[in-house]
Amino acid sequence: MLRYANPARFMTLSGTLVPWLGGIALVALAAGLYLSFAAPPDYQQGDTVRVMFIHVPAAWTAMMVYGLMALASLIGLVQRHPLADVAAKSAAPLGALFTALGLITGSLWGRPMWGTWWVWDGRLTSFLLLLFLYLGYIALWNAIEDETRAARAAAILALVGAVNLPIIEFSVDWWTTLHQGESILRKGGPLIASVYLWPLGLMALGYTLLFFTLWLLRIRTEIMTRRARSLMLAGEA
Amino acid sequence: MTALILRDVRLAARAGGSAMLALAFFAAVATLVPLGVGADLRLLARIAGGVLWVAAMLAALLALDRLFQADFEDGSLDVIALGPLSLEKTSFAKIAAHWLTTGLPLTILSPLLAVLFGLPAQAIGALFISLLIGTPAVSAIGAIGAGLTLSIRRGGLILPLIVLPLLAPAVIFGAGTVLSALDGLRNGALPLLTAFSFAACVLSPFATAAAVRLNLGS
Repeated sequence: MLRYANPARFMTLSGTLVPWLGGIALVALAAGLYLSFAAPPDYQQGDTVRVMFIHVPAAWTAMMVYGLMALASLIGLVQRHPLADVAAKSAAPLGALFTALGLITGSLWGRPMWGTWWVWDGRLTSFLLLLFLYLGYIALWNAIEDETRAARAAAILALVGAVNLPIIEFSVDWWTTLHQGESILRKGGPLIASVYLWPLGLMALGYTLLFFTLWLLRIRTEIMTRRARSLMLAGEA
Repeated sequence: MTALILRDVRLAARAGGSAMLALAFFAAVATLVPLGVGADLRLLARIAGGVLWVAAMLAALLALDRLFQADFEDGSLDVIALGPLSLEKTSFAKIAAHWLTTGLPLTILSPLLAVLFGLPAQAIGALFISLLIGTPAVSAIGAIGAGLTLSIRRGGLILPLIVLPLLAPAVIFGAGTVLSALDGLRNGALPLLTAFSFAACVLSPFATAAAVRLNLGS
């Protein structure tokens, strides 16, 4: 892993990986979407059950991104490696985007199902708080001019958030809940019929790979921007 | 460490200090709420716990951006950092001083405002206890934000955005304590709030010190 922390090596590796990841992501998303529409309507929810296939993977990805961002922050803080800082920085806007996507699709799903755009329910509220955590992280990064300093401050914030997130999650759940409980990863197997499980799994794969593709692209862009900037500074000197 | 706490408390208590301002802000926000939602005392008693908790939290945040800022600007923070006291202990002292000058006075003022909201006696007790236990968490988590935004010139705007989501558990458990006292229920809100507050006070000085350290390093 650390071998690829060298930016030059990272650039070659990610350069070859990006088209592949992106390609598989596209195929998975296309197949997932096709199966989503091919699946029969749910006996209770009718056609609106199809919102699940774009809503649930967005929420999963949003949480995974925070985990990855916190991990990159930890590595950046301990190893003081700029690439980890760049990785954490590049993950944040994507995470915010997936969180917003989860909230919006959830709201569109909630309208026909629960009869309201928004309820102050445990999961919804903790996701809204997650969005604010992302926004605070991005704002902090943008507010500090010095790049290494910004990276370290943001890393501390990401880690504090990572410690606090389970507590927020717990407190909000304790507060009230209407959202349905866990139905995939539970003892005794999933509660969902396989005709729904397949498109859901494919969509989850597609979302995850899409995130990794965009993440690598953003990291590459950031590295190139920094290179261009140092070249310009060198040219002026 | 005691000397540092005393110094900060004195600074906050004197003219132009933050202690009185936070109290006035707290009272002003609490006064505006009935003007907004109407004077129905039953409704006000219902929302009093949440409103006073949120108002107290905002008032405490108001004083936070000065927590390290003044010492940072005039260089005394560098002197403190060079001195025998570790930055972790310094952070703890700062948190303690902040709580003594905002959290504690706010807690003491809260029963008075609770009476204006028509809160019954047993719920006022619950509000007082929950603020007494919960406001240290506000100071502790707020201090992390203050440390992180130290070198930002207009950090006062970013600080609440960073800190408020992290403080959601305190509001939930704090206001939950008041609500359950209002309904005559016994639930786990107060023990959970205590646990949250303790954990925040113990862990925060380390994160705060790390944040301050990176801003001191040139």
